[in-house]
Order: sequence, then structure tokens, then C-alpha cells
Amino acid sequence: MEKNNEFMESVSKAIPYCALRQDTQYPELIVPAGKLHEAAEVLKNYKEHPFDYLVSLTAVDHLEKFTMVYHLESTHTHTMIVLKADLEDRDKAKIDTVSDLWITAEFHEREVFDLFGIRFNNHPDLRRFFLEDDYGYPLRKDFKDEVNIIEYPN
Amino acid sequence: MILDIYSFSTLTSSIDNSLHNMMSPWMATLTEFVLVGIVFLLFYALLGLFLVYLERKVCAVIQNRIGPNRVGRWGIFQTFADFIKLLMKELITIKHADKFLFNLAPFIVIIASFMAMAALPFAKGLQAIDFNIGIFYVIAVSSLGVVGILIAGWSSNSKYSLIGAMRSGAQIISYELSVGLSLLAIVIFSGSMQLSTIVESQADGWWIFKGHIPAFIAFVLYLITATAEINRGPFDLAEAESELTAGFHTEYSGIKFAFFFLAEYMNMFIVSAIAATLFLGGWMPFHIGGWEGFNQIMDYIPSILWFFGKTFVVIYIIMWFKWTFPRLRIDQMLNLEWKYLLPLNLMNTVIISFVVLMGLYFK
Amino acid sequence: MSEETVEKKIILKEEDDYIVNMGPQHPSTHGVLRLEVCLSGETVNYMIPHIGYIHRGIEKMAESDTYKQVIHLTDRMDYLSSHINNEAVCLAVEEALGVEVPERVQYIRAILDELTRIASHNLWWSAFGMDLGALTTFFYGMRDREKILSIFEESFGSRLLHSFNTPGGLLHDVHPDFRKHTLEYVKYFRKKLPDYKNLLTDNVIFHNRTIGIGVMDKKMAINYGVTGPSGRGSGFSCDIRKAAPYGIYDKVKFKEILYHEGDSFARYKVRMDEMVESLNILEQLVDNMPEEGGFTAKMKPVIKLPEGEYYQRVETARGELGVYIVSKGAKYPYRIKFRSPNFSNLFVLNTLSKGGIIADLVAICGSLDLVIPDIDR
Repeated sequence: MEKNNEFMESVSKAIPYCALRQDTQYPELIVPAGKLHEAAEVLKNYKEHPFDYLVSLTAVDHLEKFTMVYHLESTHTHTMIVLKADLEDRDKAKIDTVSDLWITAEFHEREVFDLFGIRFNNHPDLRRFFLEDDYGYPLRKDFKDEVNIIEYPN
Repeated sequence: MILDIYSFSTLTSSIDNSLHNMMSPWMATLTEFVLVGIVFLLFYALLGLFLVYLERKVCAVIQNRIGPNRVGRWGIFQTFADFIKLLMKELITIKHADKFLFNLAPFIVIIASFMAMAALPFAKGLQAIDFNIGIFYVIAVSSLGVVGILIAGWSSNSKYSLIGAMRSGAQIISYELSVGLSLLAIVIFSGSMQLSTIVESQADGWWIFKGHIPAFIAFVLYLITATAEINRGPFDLAEAESELTAGFHTEYSGIKFAFFFLAEYMNMFIVSAIAATLFLGGWMPFHIGGWEGFNQIMDYIPSILWFFGKTFVVIYIIMWFKWTFPRLRIDQMLNLEWKYLLPLNLMNTVIISFVVLMGLYFK
Repeated sequence: MSEETVEKKIILKEEDDYIVNMGPQHPSTHGVLRLEVCLSGETVNYMIPHIGYIHRGIEKMAESDTYKQVIHLTDRMDYLSSHINNEAVCLAVEEALGVEVPERVQYIRAILDELTRIASHNLWWSAFGMDLGALTTFFYGMRDREKILSIFEESFGSRLLHSFNTPGGLLHDVHPDFRKHTLEYVKYFRKKLPDYKNLLTDNVIFHNRTIGIGVMDKKMAINYGVTGPSGRGSGFSCDIRKAAPYGIYDKVKFKEILYHEGDSFARYKVRMDEMVESLNILEQLVDNMPEEGGFTAKMKPVIKLPEGEYYQRVETARGELGVYIVSKGAKYPYRIKFRSPNFSNLFVLNTLSKGGIIADLVAICGSLDLVIPDIDR
């Protein structure tokens, strides 16, 4: 635990603009969307145990905003950390790609683009993945499928 | 000699005589052509069906299965049922395919294998044509099949077919050399290219025993290269189903597909029959020089049984290859031929020439 | 709309490239994966994977299902390790609720996990042999997998998609003969392993086809997020059972199989050794499995997760499965995300197969052991 605190301190020193949460399952870093790439780069090149493995990349639609969620792991110590960034503008949601840091992000980002319509700046190959170009973004909470309407009593 | 009681020459010559008595000589020859043709067609179709059945049973045994067992006893009519099904299926014509070549290809393949059958000595006195260059003829004719395969691949207008045909072309042309060279071993030993002479030269022992080590090496090399030559076993790259779905016959359906299928099995029979004839004595019973009693007992087994017995042993070995080995890669296969098998074959040929020259084999 | 979504036209292929379509119906892609392969002769220039042929929107569906219903959806992702997928959701829910699961349940879950793993590797072995043209492997692998499926059938009545886990424990108790039959199976399979070795592992042609083919170094495996046996073949220590133990795994002695060559043969060897290791785990677990203790913890009939975010990682037969649940306190998950192993594993295929020939592409694709429904979800 002590080591963990040390780690968190050094992280908050390296990324001064982040908000830290430690009461969750994994420590969380919440950064502004514009600075996400910068923070990700710091974590990727973190000196003691670089977070070289992007476990999962996804987004959550909170109706008033999108939250990008990055689960990172250091393969040296198996430490997990969660990186989050909020995107306020739903219609023109944009964030920097991290596919230059972790190649696997390229495909996870394509999936997020496909299902949420979040665009990634500088992404090398941003095409729809599963769905067609004119299909909506199904994982948005306000998505309505006009063709196959299945409404659950919620 | 006891051998003569099983000889077919009395039967064939009596048919020949009675035909000549009945009609003019050219008419008799024509009738003989037709008769032999019909017999071969029947034999070809029935043997093809039987080989398919055999393959299914052999692979079932190797794979812990029962195999076909519903149509007829032990499923022996299964392949007949399949054949009827194939006959009734629609012949799908492909858009933008070269129609003439597309329809021609299966016939070239099947004719090539059909022609090779003519020179095989099935039993004593049972051989359609006894060429004095029998082996040469068989090699020449059987390699015509690759033309059909290339045409099939090209005319199907399918990328899978084209890659399959190209693979097949590269493969057959390369392995043709080694097949020829390994057969040359026996030609050197027996001093003849005539199949009947070669069989008779093995009356006191088969070449694989008389020729000891070099002949055995030639036999093994022949088995490997012949398997490659007929696109089977670990060398079935032309129709590698996990890579090219079905290779050169992807686009064929119905009876045209059946032709390719049948030709593949008959080619297997032909290469096995050649192996049996050249290395294992053909229809000649198993004889050991000097053991008169033993040789006489062996003579009581009809020569046609000897021939088919030996052929099916070789066929079984070729099937065994197919169902146990993974498939080679195209570059590995060509490496194997050009870097290993061909030099080995050339060396073996030189050694055999030396052995024959010095008389170092069992006579 | 289309101009809007795709900002710039990405040129993937040139006009005169020789493109061969492998799939969506192709024997070696094991499902509806479509690979557009550009060839020059036999050499693969590049390869574009197209997925989404069986995208069912499991993540969207799960947003209107209760947690118990979500479990049934997870079966349909990686259908060969359905039990482990179930467990991921169950563990996430249990941790969120703070439920202590009886030890017996943890033992049974782990036994089933390992049986699932062996069954999955068995099927992979069968299919991998077929990819390389050794058709007989299929029947040997399926024969041994059948025994495991019989054990499953006996206890849960289903063979492939048995949603047997439920938050808090199991649906019902296992069959009385479960322990006996599992032990019998372990003995049986140990005897059958030499067959596997003789038929494929020691074959020279097989060595030629796999050794040095599709080499992926450790850095690349981590960068691409390739986990499971495929990652461990490159020396990437990514076994969640060791890294973040769940269930009973911290009490079991086993070693993580690591090979450092990173080629197709290393990936093959990892899986073969993992089957032996799973047998060792099974022996330990079956011997120590408590007879008493029930099959479920006390759970409320309607499960509502407290507000928050939960992430659970488990090791399926193909790699790391992550379940990320965002709850807003309702009985439905607000958002559920499955980080599926095959999704990440697939995309290394392009890099690995570049410059090889078609036959290599098939061998690499087989050695990565892809299950397509898991990619599409």
C-alpha cells in the first residue's frame, strides 16, 4: 500500500492537471480531454514500471457527456491504472488517438468510433468496424433503431 | 509350368481367333478395339468407385471411425449412390469462364489417366498393348494430365483455381524428373523398357530384393515423388482445402467434378501399379531362387491376384501418407524436390549403373 | 451521413492488386471472418480483416437485461470457453455486492474452468491440424473433447453453452458422479497425450510449417495486446490466474507456461503444455474439493449493483477477458463492456503474415486460435 501511495504521488507530480481517485477498484486518473495523449504518454513511459499494456479502451455514454475509459497495466508489476477523460460535446466528440502509443488502441478506437461516434484525431484508419457507414451509433443512450424496434419496458 | 494355368493368353487368343474366323481382318481388329475399350471403361469406372470406397474405409480406420456403413452391407454401394448423385447434379456454368476450355479440361485429365492404363500388365497375358517402350509411354502419357489441370485452373475464372493450377503445374513438372529417374533404376537393372520383359526378369526375385540397397532407395524415392505427382497426401497443395478451398476444381460441379475426382484415384492406381510392376514383380509370384517347393506353392496363387495384391499394398501406403501427414508448403515442396530428391536420384542412378556394370546385384 | 462519419477516404488497396477473398465462408477462418489478402504470386503483401458478420450487439442487449440474463449472453461470445465467460460476470457482480462465495463453489468453478480450457485446446488442436492438412488430428481431438462434454452434459444438461454460473454460485448442484468422472477423465487424457505428440508435435513437416513462422516478439505482443497462449508463446507473462488471481487460483500450485520464440510452434507448445498443466490443476482441485458447503451463497432475488464501476479480468482459453460494468444502481447494467481476447489477438495477424505465403497465413491464423463470435460480440 505504501508503495502504491508513493506511485500515486509520483504520478500526480508527473501529471499535475489530473484528478486522482483512490477509493475505486483501481486508482483512477481523470484528465481533461485535450491533455489525454500527454498523460497517456507519461504513463506509457513511466520510469519505474511503464504502463506498456493497454488492457481495454472504451467509452461510456453518461447522457450529458461521454467518458473515455482506458485500463492500463504495467506488465512488470501487474499494476493497473484507469485513465479517464470526459468529452462534453456529444455531437462533435473528439479526442486524440493513443494508437501511436499502443497499437492495439487503433482497433479499440475504431470500435468506439463505430458504436459511439467518437472521433479520434490522427487515427490512421478510422472506418466503421461492424456496421455500415449510414447506421447510427448504437451504444449511445439516445440511439433508436428505426428498422428493428425492440423496446424493453425499462 | 503351373503359371500357365492362370495365363489369360489362351482366352485372349481364342477370342482373337474366333473373331478372325467370323469377319475380315480389319473388321476383327476394329471389334477388338471396341471390346477392349468397353472392358477398360467398365474396369476404370468400377475400380474408381472401389478406390473411393477403399479410401473412405482406410481413412475411417486411421481416424477411429466406421466409415460408410448404410448403403448396402458395409456400405459398399455408398460410392455408387454418390456417383448417381453426382450424375444428377446441375452442371453450373461460370460467368466469364472460357466455356470451351472449361468443358475440355476434365476430359484431358481423365483421358491422360485412361491412356496410361493401356500399357499396364494386369496378369500374365492380360495387357492391352505391350510397347517396347512401355515405361516411357506411361510416364509420357500420365504427365499429360497437368495440361488439363492448368486449363481447368485458367478457364474457371477464379483466383483460387488459378493459384491451385499454378501450384499443380510447378509441382508436377518438378516431380516428373524424379519419377522418371527412379524408374530408370529398374530400366538399368532389367535392361529393358518393355513392361512384360521387366516382369519376366523378376521371375526369380523382385527387383526390390535383387537390387538390394539402390533399388530400395529408388523405390522409396518413387513412392514419395509419385505421391507428389498425383497431387495427393502431404503434397496436395493444388487442392489444399484449408488454403484454396478446392484448388483447380473449385468451380466444377456434377459429373465434371466427378471426372477430376475419378482421375485422381485412377492416377493413384496407375502409379501404384507401376510401382508394383517395376519394383515388386508385377503379376510375378513371390519366388526365392532355389526354393522349388515354396515357389510352386506361390505359383498356385493366380497372377492377377498377385498384381492387385501388390498394387493395393502400395495404394494403402499412399493413403496412409495422406491421412497422417500435414501438408507441405509450396516452397518447401519445391526445395525438397530440387535440393534433395533430384540429386539423390541422380546419385542413385550412377550407383545403380555401377552396380549393374560390376554385376553386384543378385542374379 | 457517410461523408460525415468517414472524414478522409482511406486508400487501402491499389487498383491492380491481386486480391483474394478468404471468407466469410472459408474453411480456415473458422467462422465468418473475411480476410482480403493481397498477393503477389503466393506471397502475402498485406491483409485487411473485415469483421462484423455476426455482430449481435451483446453490449447493447446487456443494457436492458438483468445481471442474471447477461450471463446467458456471455456464452455466445467465446462459445468454447463459455463457462469462463460466465464466471467473469459472476465474479464482477459478486465483488460489487461483496458476496462471499462458498469455497466448494470456487472449487467447482475452477474445475469447470480447467475442463473448459482443455476442451477448448482440444478443439483448437483438432482444427489446427486440419488447417495444416493433417486431417486425422480432428478426430483424435474431438474424441477426447467428447469426454469432457459428457461430464458437462451430465451435470448441466448442455454441452456447449451451459450458463451454469450465476451470481453467488451455481444454478444447481453438480452430479454426484462429477468428481469420479473428472478423475477418470484426467487419467484417460494423460494416456492419450502421447498420441498427440506422435501425430503432430513430432512431425517433421509440422515443424517445417510452424517453426519460425509468424514470429512475434514480446514487445509486439504487449503492444498489440495479444494475450493468452498466443501472448505467452512470445514470453509475455499475461496469465491472469497468476497476475490477478481470482476464485481459488491463489491456492493452486501451477506454473505459467512461457515460451520465448514467439513463432507458431511456440504458441502451439504453450497450448499443449497448458493442457498438461490444467490436468495438474484438476488433480489438485478434485482431491481437495469439499463435499459439503452448498452450491450457492445467499443472494437477493433481484440483484442491484451499487453505483460504481467494476472491472473483472479472467483468463479464458484464448486470453484475457475483461468485463467492465458501469452501474447506476439499477437492476440493469448501465454500460457493460467486454474486453474480448480474440478482438486484440486478431489484429496482429496482418503484421505477422506480411511477407509470408498463403500457407503461412493459414498456419498463423490457426496458431492464434481465433473464435469469431468473440471478436464481433
